[in-house]
This record gives sequence, C-alpha cells and structure tokens, in this order.
Amino acid sequence: MIAGAMRALKIIIFVLLSCFASASLAWSGEVEIRTSIAQLATAKGFPEIEKIVKDLAALGDPLVNPALTALADGNLQVRKSDNAIFITRDGGAGVVLIDPVTGKEAGEAAKTDVVKIKVNNGLRRIIRDSLGNLTLQSPDTATRRQAAETIFKNSDASQLTALDAAIAGETDAGVKAQMELARASAILNSDRSDDEKVDAIELIGERGGREALSLLTATEAKTTGLVKDQAAAAVAGIERSLAIWATGQNVWYGISLGSVLLLAAIGLAITFGVMGVINMAHGEMVMLGAYTTFVTQDVIRDNFPGLFDWSLLIALPLAFLVAAIVGVIIERGIIRHLYGRPLETLLATWGVSLILQQGVRSIFGPTNQEVGNPSWMSGSFQIGELDITWNRLWIIVFSLIVFFVLLIALNKTPLGLQMRAVTQNRRMASAMGIRTPFVDSMTFALGSGIAGIAGVALSQIDNVSPNLGQSYIIDSFMVVVFGGVGNLWGTLVGALSLGILNKFLEPFAGAVLGKILVLVLIILFIQKRPRGLFALKGRAVEA
Amino acid sequence: MRIKDRLLKTLTAAALGTAMLWASPALAADDTIKVGVLHSLSGTMAISETTLKDAMLMLIEEQNKKGGLLGKKLEAVVVDPASDWPLFAEKARELIEKDKVSAVFGCWTSVSRKSVLPVFEELNSLLFYPVQYEGEESQRNIFYTGAAPNQQAIPAVDYLMANDKVERWVLAGTDYVYPRTTNKILEAYLLAKGVKAEDIMINYTPFGHSDWQTIVSDIKKFGSAGKKTAVVSTINGDANVPFYKELGNQGVKAEDIPVVAFSVGEEELAGLDTAPLVGHLAAWNYFQSQDNPVNEAFIKTWKAFIKNEKRVTNDPMEAAYIGFNMWVKAVEAAGTTEPDVVIDSIVGVSVPNLTGGYSAMLPNHHITKPVLIGEIQADGQFETVWQTPGLVAGDEWSDFLPDSKDLISDWRKPMSCGNFNTATGKCGGKG
Repeated sequence: MIAGAMRALKIIIFVLLSCFASASLAWSGEVEIRTSIAQLATAKGFPEIEKIVKDLAALGDPLVNPALTALADGNLQVRKSDNAIFITRDGGAGVVLIDPVTGKEAGEAAKTDVVKIKVNNGLRRIIRDSLGNLTLQSPDTATRRQAAETIFKNSDASQLTALDAAIAGETDAGVKAQMELARASAILNSDRSDDEKVDAIELIGERGGREALSLLTATEAKTTGLVKDQAAAAVAGIERSLAIWATGQNVWYGISLGSVLLLAAIGLAITFGVMGVINMAHGEMVMLGAYTTFVTQDVIRDNFPGLFDWSLLIALPLAFLVAAIVGVIIERGIIRHLYGRPLETLLATWGVSLILQQGVRSIFGPTNQEVGNPSWMSGSFQIGELDITWNRLWIIVFSLIVFFVLLIALNKTPLGLQMRAVTQNRRMASAMGIRTPFVDSMTFALGSGIAGIAGVALSQIDNVSPNLGQSYIIDSFMVVVFGGVGNLWGTLVGALSLGILNKFLEPFAGAVLGKILVLVLIILFIQKRPRGLFALKGRAVEA
Repeated sequence: MRIKDRLLKTLTAAALGTAMLWASPALAADDTIKVGVLHSLSGTMAISETTLKDAMLMLIEEQNKKGGLLGKKLEAVVVDPASDWPLFAEKARELIEKDKVSAVFGCWTSVSRKSVLPVFEELNSLLFYPVQYEGEESQRNIFYTGAAPNQQAIPAVDYLMANDKVERWVLAGTDYVYPRTTNKILEAYLLAKGVKAEDIMINYTPFGHSDWQTIVSDIKKFGSAGKKTAVVSTINGDANVPFYKELGNQGVKAEDIPVVAFSVGEEELAGLDTAPLVGHLAAWNYFQSQDNPVNEAFIKTWKAFIKNEKRVTNDPMEAAYIGFNMWVKAVEAAGTTEPDVVIDSIVGVSVPNLTGGYSAMLPNHHITKPVLIGEIQADGQFETVWQTPGLVAGDEWSDFLPDSKDLISDWRKPMSCGNFNTATGKCGGKG
C-alpha cells in the first residue's frame, strides 16, 4: 500500500511538475515575446524594427499575432513616460491602451502621450508574410485561407513542412485546395526535384489568374530545361485565357463609362429634344447635384452620423429639387425670352454656366470638396478574372433605373404625353390646347432635375469642384447628337456604344488619342446621318 | 442763366480738381514696398494655387509685424490670372509696370512660368517660383525655390530601387511639359541604370481625367510579370483623386505595387479618404509632419492666420517661405530693392528652412534642399520613411539628357550665363 501511495505520489508530482513546466514554458514564451516587443520602444530605424519583427515571427507563437497586426496597421504605440508598448484604439478624447499580448485593456491615455512605432512598405510586407506563416493553423477558416493565399503569393519555401502538416489536418475542402496551391508555389522556389516542380506548375497553371501568371513567369526566368519549358507552356496558356477575359473587362469598362455618359446626357436629350434649346449650363446642373450631395453629407455627418450610409438616398430627391428649381428659374428668366434665337440662347446659357460656377466658387471655395463613399460603394469583387468595382456596378444599376423611370414618365404620364407632343410638332400641340409654355418649364425642370440626380452619382467617382460640369458638357452633347435628339433609346444606345468604343481604343491609342478618335468618328457619322442614330420621324423641332 | 452756367462750370471744375487731388495721395504713399502675388484664384489650378496666395499674405503680414523692410511696410498686390496662361503674362506686366512691384512670387505650372518669362526679362523684375519642376531652364530674373528633378525625381527612383528592389516601372503623367520632360529624364536615367526598355511603361492622360479603370488595370497587368513593379506618378491636379480612389477600389496595395507621386501633397490629399492609400509614397523636400520647432511655429501661425484648424501646409508653401525670406535678407544686405543689385546680393544668402536646417541660394538661382520620401498615413499626413543625409544642390541641367549634360549655369559676374556649355566653352546652350 505504501508502494502504491508512493507511486501515486510520484505520478501526482510528475503531473504537477509537467503542468508547471508547460505553464512556465508558456510563461517563458510570453516573457520572450514581451522582451522582444519591449525592444521596439528603443529601436532606431527600420532595419532594427525589421530584425525584431523577424525574431518575433521566428518564435512561432500565435500570441504575437495581435501585436504584429497592430504594428502593420499603425496601432502599436509607445507610451512616452515609461517606454511601455500598447496596442491602441481610438476612444473618446484619447486612445484606449490594450496589452499587446493578452489583449486586456490597460487604461487610457491622451493622443500626445503615445508615439506610433513607424513602419514602411517593406516592413508591412514582412509582417504580412510572417502573419501568413503564423496563422496557418488558426482555428478560424477565413484566417487559414488568408494565410494560404499569402504563402501562395510569396512562395516561401521554408513553409513547406508547416504546409504539409496543415494540409494533412485540414478539413475544409476550399482551404485545403488553397493550401495545395501554396505548397506548389513554395516547391517552385525550393530545391525539390524537377518532377515535383513540373507537377506544381501543372497545378498552378490550372488555377490560372494574374498571380499564377506572375509566379510562373518568374519561374520560367530562373530555371532551365524541362521545368522552364513547362513553365513557358503554362504561361502561354494563362495569357491566352487572360486575353479573353481582358476583352470582357474592356466591355465592362465600356458599359460603366457608357452609364456615366447616359446619366449626364439624358437630361440634355429631353431639353434639347423638346425645346431645341442648346443649354450650356447643363453641366452646372450636374455640379449643383454633386454639391447638394456634399451639403447633405455634411449635415448628416454633424447631426445624424448613424445615417451616413443612407446619405446618398437622402440626397437624391434633394438634388432633383435643387437642380429643377434652378432649371425653372433659368427657363422662365432667360430662355423664355430668347425663343427662336438659338445663338443667343447658347450665349445666354453659357453666361449662366459661368455665373453658377463662380457662385459656387464664392460660396464653397475653389477647392474640391470631399464627398464620402458609403461602405457599400467601396472595394471590388471578382467574377472569374473580371474585376468588378462596387461603385461602378451601382452606377450602372442606377443609370438603368433612372432611364426606365424616365421612359415610364414620358410614355405613361399625361405630362409625358404633352412633352412628346410638343417635341414632335409644337404648333399642332398648341392648337390642340396644350399649354406649351408650361410644358417647356416642366421639361426644363425635369431635364435639369435628372442632371442633378446624375450629379449625386458622379460625385462618387469624380471630384466635386466648381469645374465638375465642364468635364461633362461636351460628352453630353456628343451622346445626344450621336444618339438622336429627343429619343431616350437613342441616348441609351449612343451612350453605351460610345463608352465601349472609347474603352476599346484606349489600350491601343491612350486616353488622349482615344478621345480624339471617337470625336472624329462621330463627325464622320454625322455626315452620313445628321439626325443621329435614332432620328425622330415627323417634322423637325421648331421654336 | 449765363451766371448759372458759369457757376455750374466752376463748380464742376472745382469738384474735378478736388477729386484729382484726392486721388494723388496714392502716389504719395511711397512708404510701402509692393510685392506681387501671381497665383490662379480660379480655374483648374485654383485648387493648388489659392493656398500659396494665402501663404504669401501671411508671410507679408508677419514681416510687417517685424517692422517691414528697409523701414517701409510691405504691401501685397494680388492678381488672379485664372489658370489662363497668356493672362499670366498680362497680369505679370500689369504688376511690374502699373503697380510697380519690387518682386513677384507666383506661378505653378511650367507653362505659366514659360509664359511670363519674356515679361520678366524685358522689364527686368524678379520672379520667385516655388513649385517643383522639370529643370532644363535657368534664367537671370527667376529664382527657383522648388525642387529640380535631381532633388525629387531621381532620389525617389533611387529609393525604390534600393529599398523595394523595383525592377519594372510605370511612368504615368498628365500630358504637358513637366511630366513629359521629367519622364524623359527618368527614362534616360533608368536605362542608364540597366533597366530594360520593355520593363518601362509610359502613359499620359489629359488634365482632369476621371476614368482610370483601364489604366489601373493595365498597371496591374504590367505588375504581374513576376518582377517587383512601381508607379512613378507625375499626374497633376485633381485627376489624382479619382486615380487614387480607383487604386483603392481595385485593391492595388502599396506593399505590392507602390505609387510614388511628385505632385501630391497634403493639400491634394485633403479631399480624399486616405485609409486605402496607406503606404503609397510621395517625394518632397518638406512634410507638414516634420517635427522641429521652426515648423511647429510656422504651422501654428498659419492656422491662426487662415482661421481654420484643418488647413494643411505643404512643400510649395515652404518653398514660398524660403524664397520670401531670401529676398528680404538680400534686400536688407543690398539696402535697396533694385532688381540688378538684389540679383547680385542674393547668391549665397542662407535662411532657415522648415525641416530643421538651412537652405542657401546657389549661383544657378536654385537652392539647396533635403529630399524626403514619405508614406501616406490614414489621416492624410505623410510619415517620412527616408531622407538624404545632407542637402542636395539643385541641378537644373540634367546630366542624363544629351542636350543638357554639358551645360552649367552661373549668374555671378563675370560668367553671368544660364546655359554655359562646358564642352564648347561658350555661353548659349548646346552649341
């Protein structure tokens, strides 16, 4: 019995000791991490910081991840009073201090009490790669996938054993496939046999895409013999498929440019169509819409910050109203008195555009104003090899909605009926009892209001400055003349085809020459069909 | 009736006479020294130039608080050439002939400077030009306090080659003389350093270009050939805003394809959400984030003067500050504002700059400046990641172009030549 008790005691002591040992190992691991992190406070210059980062990464302990991530994001700061290192987060008037290893909050400090540890691009890259290696076995699926993608990009051959271990234990099929690719990429950079490299090339070649192309081109450059030939073949294959995707990408860019042109021009198509008025102030209506968006966002930012993501939707009706009211004022005040005199109207509206520009400049200042993108309009996603940016996608959707709403308004409402009648034959419409002056005002208001709405959309992709309108007035006239005056479908087709044509010319001729060529082509087209693509049948518009 | 007529005539004459007498005190106010400010306050360059006009007004006010110059107060004469290049020349003539200014501080784009050049030569006045430019010029009447290519473009390329091991280069610029000449110099420099011609991609866009989808996509494509790629941007004006937005949206990260810009400063970033741009670079001779007492005092004075805590300072403002102080010092040393005397006395003048050191005026009418490379931070400021150990002397005749490598400029007597050819030994360009 005593022997059994002794044995039990030994076992207990052994267990206690091993617990103690592992705890102290973990403790000493944490101590090592803290010592390394503390060195960051006194490190001078980027090479020293780089050395500390590499030491931290070499420890192989996931406990360093929060500190490294904070360092890359610029959130790792040193408290001036005692050189203690904290992860910081904005909080109230100062910053909230967080322990870099445990993640526990450790008080607050004023912004001037702490100094950021500086990093540059090279350091950020090293930290990103190190984090990739460290998080390969993370419990979170997304983190593991991210880690595998990082290793795929940087072809780190030293990670092969880690990858093998990770692949063996991986349960998620998608992450496993990404890890296999990462492994293949690492093999290409290692001293493994040629056969293994050829297999790796095949796997990567199948995946395709820009990053694979980059890897295989680099491999082709630094190998010889069979591996080089295989790499070259894979590169050629990927380039072929990328060329097809590139054409699709150009079509996408063309459609997005076309949607911008459509938004800017559609208001002009209506006013030009109904009244034959060359409105040189049309661009300024767009500009007023953009400034309305800026003011709305400013008010929301100051008073209702939670509504920021809705700011664009709130700005839409406001921009419509503002631009429409200004449009009515211009129509009643100036254009009404100049009917039948197109040259004078041109000059007068040009003068109005200058007045509006200078007015906005005097009120808001000549510098650009910042219009924020709501969160759902930033970033991009991929379909195959197509890069689709969210802001452009939403603008295309928006322009189509505006187009169809206008179509319905023109074809199904009484006012729309009157507008179409006045477009086709003003005298007859007047004889039928339609009040043409009222229709004119409403048309101008509608056209200007649509331009205001276009301004809301364009504020998301272009600068909001008093000169905003000038960039769109020429393009708007181009689209309207090309597509046919007064016809909405003509404007749609005209805008989309001009956009696609421009985007297909741009890779070959450059932006400047591409635009020139498009203008020349339109001039030649107008020689053949002066009324545009979809000419209105019936009598020409008269004053 | 007759008496009434006569009375009327006499009264009118008296009124006119009084009015003329009243007007003449303007002539008698010779107790001020007039300084011309020639910056666009409207048009496409207003965005960049308005802040320089404000900076000049602040500097003149500060100098007047110190007692003025040569015992007289300084008076600013501000005109608006409205981003219209021929109008720059007209306004310059007006400033010199009508307003009788002693010196002009102005211009931004190289085309505006080239437009006013003949005016300053003909009327023998002084222009202080505070903006980085393409070099290939050195005129007797102009003082270039902005960076020459060897004080901005070349060090930036050196930094990328040494630090980020960049092997492929995209040179993207706006289509006018400054980017075209700078890219010519950079291309020659890169080829001389062993970069292959197919590893260099050059493209140009018009002012105000807003659709960057294709170009950013081309940059990504160019950067996926297995070699580290960087973009050197001489894009000017507000076309930068949609360019950087598109970079952010298409996911071009600074760690993968860094963009170093020469015309993007704190003022241009003020209208942008810079969170996706963290890490992209700019090369200047000054950043607002420079930590030294002279800069802190300058920023404090500026914010108080402009009554806006959010306004930023930038490199051209520092260049205006240096140019103005050099002119004041030269005039005090010469005892007069006569241009010929000031041109002689200003060479060698050394004034404090805002990066903690001094800048000196060289015989070629350029100054010594440190070169700083900074990375964009999330708050729109720049973090200096590298700087030249000492000052770099401005070299206006690039050593990398065959037409200019033999030329030097020295405006001191007896040479007094802006383009002396050392190979032929004659003044007058590339012989």
